[in-house]
Amino acid sequence: MSDKRIIVVGGGLAGLMTTIRICEEGLAVDLVSFVPVKRSHSVCAQGGINAALDMQGKGDSPWEHFDDTVYGGDFLANQGPAKRMCEKAPEIVHMLDRMGLMFNRTPEGQLDVRAFGGAKQKRTAFAGATTGQQMIYALDEQVRRFEAAGQVKKWIGYDFQELIVDDTKTVRGVVVMNMNTMKLETVPASAVVVATGGPGYIYGKSTNSFINTGSVATACYLQGAKYANGEFIQIHPTAIPGSDKDRLMSESARGEGGRMWTYKDGKPWYFLEEIFPAYGNLVPRDIATRTIYDICINQGLGLDGENKVYLDLSFKDPDELDRKLGGIMEIYEKFVGDDPRKVPMKVFPSVHYSMGGMWVDAETDMTNINGLYAAGEVNYQYHGANRLGANSLLSCIYDGFVTGPNAVKFANEVKPASDFDVLAEKSLGQSEKLFEQIYAMDGDENARKLHQEMAKWMTERMTVVRHNDKLEELEKKLVELRERWNHIGIADHSKVLNQEAIYVKDLQRMMDLARVLTVSALHRNESRGAHYKPEFPDRDDENYLKTTIATVSEDGPKITYEEVDTSLIKPRARNYAVDKHATEGEDK
Amino acid sequence: MAEKTVRLKIKRQLNAESSPFWEEFEIPHGPSMNVISCLVAIQEHPVTRSGKKTTAVAWECSCLEEVCGACTMIINGMVRQACSALVDNIDQPIVLEPMTKFPVVRDLVVDRQRMFDNLKKVQAWVPVDGSFDMGPGPKLEESERAVHYELSKCMTCGCCLEVCPQFEKGNDFMGAQIISQVRLFNFHPTGAALKEDRLHSVMGKGGVAECGNAQNCVEACPKEIPLTTSIAEVGRQVTLQVMKDWFRK
Repeated sequence: MSDKRIIVVGGGLAGLMTTIRICEEGLAVDLVSFVPVKRSHSVCAQGGINAALDMQGKGDSPWEHFDDTVYGGDFLANQGPAKRMCEKAPEIVHMLDRMGLMFNRTPEGQLDVRAFGGAKQKRTAFAGATTGQQMIYALDEQVRRFEAAGQVKKWIGYDFQELIVDDTKTVRGVVVMNMNTMKLETVPASAVVVATGGPGYIYGKSTNSFINTGSVATACYLQGAKYANGEFIQIHPTAIPGSDKDRLMSESARGEGGRMWTYKDGKPWYFLEEIFPAYGNLVPRDIATRTIYDICINQGLGLDGENKVYLDLSFKDPDELDRKLGGIMEIYEKFVGDDPRKVPMKVFPSVHYSMGGMWVDAETDMTNINGLYAAGEVNYQYHGANRLGANSLLSCIYDGFVTGPNAVKFANEVKPASDFDVLAEKSLGQSEKLFEQIYAMDGDENARKLHQEMAKWMTERMTVVRHNDKLEELEKKLVELRERWNHIGIADHSKVLNQEAIYVKDLQRMMDLARVLTVSALHRNESRGAHYKPEFPDRDDENYLKTTIATVSEDGPKITYEEVDTSLIKPRARNYAVDKHATEGEDK
Repeated sequence: MAEKTVRLKIKRQLNAESSPFWEEFEIPHGPSMNVISCLVAIQEHPVTRSGKKTTAVAWECSCLEEVCGACTMIINGMVRQACSALVDNIDQPIVLEPMTKFPVVRDLVVDRQRMFDNLKKVQAWVPVDGSFDMGPGPKLEESERAVHYELSKCMTCGCCLEVCPQFEKGNDFMGAQIISQVRLFNFHPTGAALKEDRLHSVMGKGGVAECGNAQNCVEACPKEIPLTTSIAEVGRQVTLQVMKDWFRK
C-alpha cells in the first residue's frame, strides 16, 4: 500500500463508493463525517435505482435511459457524463446485488423492477421503499472491511472547516473540528474529495435532514471553487408537511400505480392523467409540482381549501403495498396517523434536491481547485435542469467510480507540498479566528430566527415560481441577513459538543450559498426544468442552453456561462402530454 | 396561560465526567409536533420553565423519518426515536433522558461506537472480490429475500441493547443487534463464505450463549425485527458449529 492518503469528506453513498474505489486502487482514506456514516442522509432515499437491465424484455437500453435523463433534464445535462452513467448503471446494480443488498425479486428470483417518473420503461431496481438505506448499509459494510484491514481511518464526529490550499491552487489537506472537544486539527492529504450532499436545510423545512446545510460546498466556493447551476432546485411533488421537516412520499408510490387527485366540481379529478395523457401520474417532478402548485395556489382546488392533494394507493392490494412500499406506508402511518392502505394520503410539494452544485470537470470530477474533487449531489453533473427519480442513487455510486480512480491518479502524480506546516498553520488560524468570533458573540439577533427568516423568504421566492423583482428583493434581504449574522448572541460557551456554535458557523455559510442560488436564478431569463419564470415562460436555447457558473467575489457571486455538451442528442421541445419522441424535429 | 403548551423535563449533563441534573421547559404547542420540534423550540429560546437562561439541549438527529437511528433516547421511560414520538400521543411532562448503556457525551448524546466496533468483530459483510463488473449476483427466492430484508433494516440505534439485562457498560456481550446481523450474513449465499468465522466470534465470551432470554429486545425494536428468532437461529448454528469443530479435532 502506498503511503499517500486521500481525504473523503462525507460518508453518504457517494463518499462511501469513492472510498471503496480508492482503497481498491491501493491508497489509504481518511473518511471525515460528522455523523456515523450509517446515519447519512442517503438513508432517506426510498424508491430505487435506475438501470436499463431490460428485465422485462421490452427493449430497454442504456441509450433509452440516457435519452430519458437528458429529455427529463430539459437538455441542460452534459451529455457525455450522463451517457457514461447510464451505460454503467446495469453493472452498478449487479455490484450492489453481489454485495448483498436485498433487492426485491421476481418469482424466478431475478431482480424486480418498477416504473418511475419520466420513463416509459420499468427500470428501477428497489429494496422495498428503503432503497437508500439498504444501499448505504451495503457500502458501509464494504468500507468496514477496509477499515478492519487498516486502509480506512474514519473521523466520525469531525466537522469540516476549510481546505488547505497552496499558491498553485492545489489542495493539500483540510481543517476539521472534533465536535466533542471543539478542537481544530489539520489533516494533510494528496487529494480531497467532497461528497457532502445537498443544501436543503437553507429552506428550513424540506425533505432533507438538518445535516444538509451545504456548508462544505460553500466553504469550498468561498475558497475559489466554482458553483454551477445553483438555480436548479428540485421541488418534490409529494411530501407530508411536518412541524420539523417535510417527509418524502416516494415517487415509487406512483410507480406502483398510485394516482393523484383532488375534487373539482364535487367529483374526483385525476389531474395528471387528464393533463398529461402520455405519462399520466409519472410525469417528471418539476411538471407534477408546477401542476399541483397551480391547482392549489392559482385555482384554489386544494383539499378542504388547504395546500394539499391526494396521493391514492388505497385501491391497491395491501400485501403488495407492504412488500413493495412498506417503508413509506410505515412513515405515513407513524407520522400522520392514517393508514394509506385504507385512505388516500394528503401531500404537497417540498424542496428536495439540488441539481446544481460544485462545478466539476466532465471527465474526472475534479473541481477548478487542483486535487479537489466533488461527488454525488454536491456536484452539478448528470441531471441538468431536473433530475429524474431514482437517478440520484445511480449518480452517487457512479461518481464514486469516476472520482475514486481520478483522485488516486492525481495523488500519485502530485508533488508533495514543500511547506505544508506553514499552510496548515495559516488555515488553522483562520478557522480558530472564526470560532473565537462566534464564541464572543453577544448581540441581540437570534440565530434560529435569522434562519427562519431566510427560509421563509427562500421558500416564497426561490422555489416553484420565480419573478425577477422578487428575486432582487430576496438578494437584498440575504445581504441584510448576512450582515445581521454579525449581531447574533450565543448562549452556549461550552467546549464540549457545542451545537450552537457549529450551527452559527453553518448558518453563515447557508446564507452565502442562498445568495449564490438566488443570483444564479436572477440571471437566467427563461423557463427550463425546475426553473420557472412566468415573465419568460419558454425555454430559450439560443441564450440559455448554458451552464451557470458562480464564482466568489467581493461584490457577491459573479455569474458567467459555459457551453453545455449536446453532442449526442439534439435538443427538442419537452412535452409530456405526448410521447417523448413526438417532438423530434421541433427545435424549441 | 391560555395558550396550549408542551411541558418537558430533560436530564442534562455538561460533559462525560460531570453529574447529571434536570431542567424543565414549557414551550408553545403546535400542530403535528414531535419531540424533535420541541428540542428545536428550546434551541430557539433556551430558557427554562422557571425563566432561567440556559443552553440549548444537545441531541443527535439526522433523517427524522426513523430510518437512520440517530435520535434514539429514553422518552417517558421508553427507549425510542425522538422523531416518531408525536407530542399529542404521549403524556406530559415529556421526560427525556440519554440512553443508559452507552457513555454520555453531553445531554442526550451518547457514544454508540461499541455497536459499530462489534460489526467488525463478526465480519458483518459479504466478502465480494471487488466492485468491478462480474455479472449478476446470486438469485434469491422472494420469500427468503423478504425475511432477510427485515433483518437488513437494522439501523444500529441500540434500542435492543438499552433494554437488554445482559448488555452492560463495560462488559463484552454483543447483544441482539449483532447476533441478528450474523444471521443475515450467514444466510447470504456469498456472505456464508465467512459463516464459520462469524460463528466462532459469537461462540465465546460476549457471544450468543450469554443471552438471558428476557426477550425485551424484540419488544423494543422500532423496526420490528424478529430478534429473538435471530438469536434462536444463531444459537442453533453455533451448536452445530461446536459439534463440527469437535469432530474435526
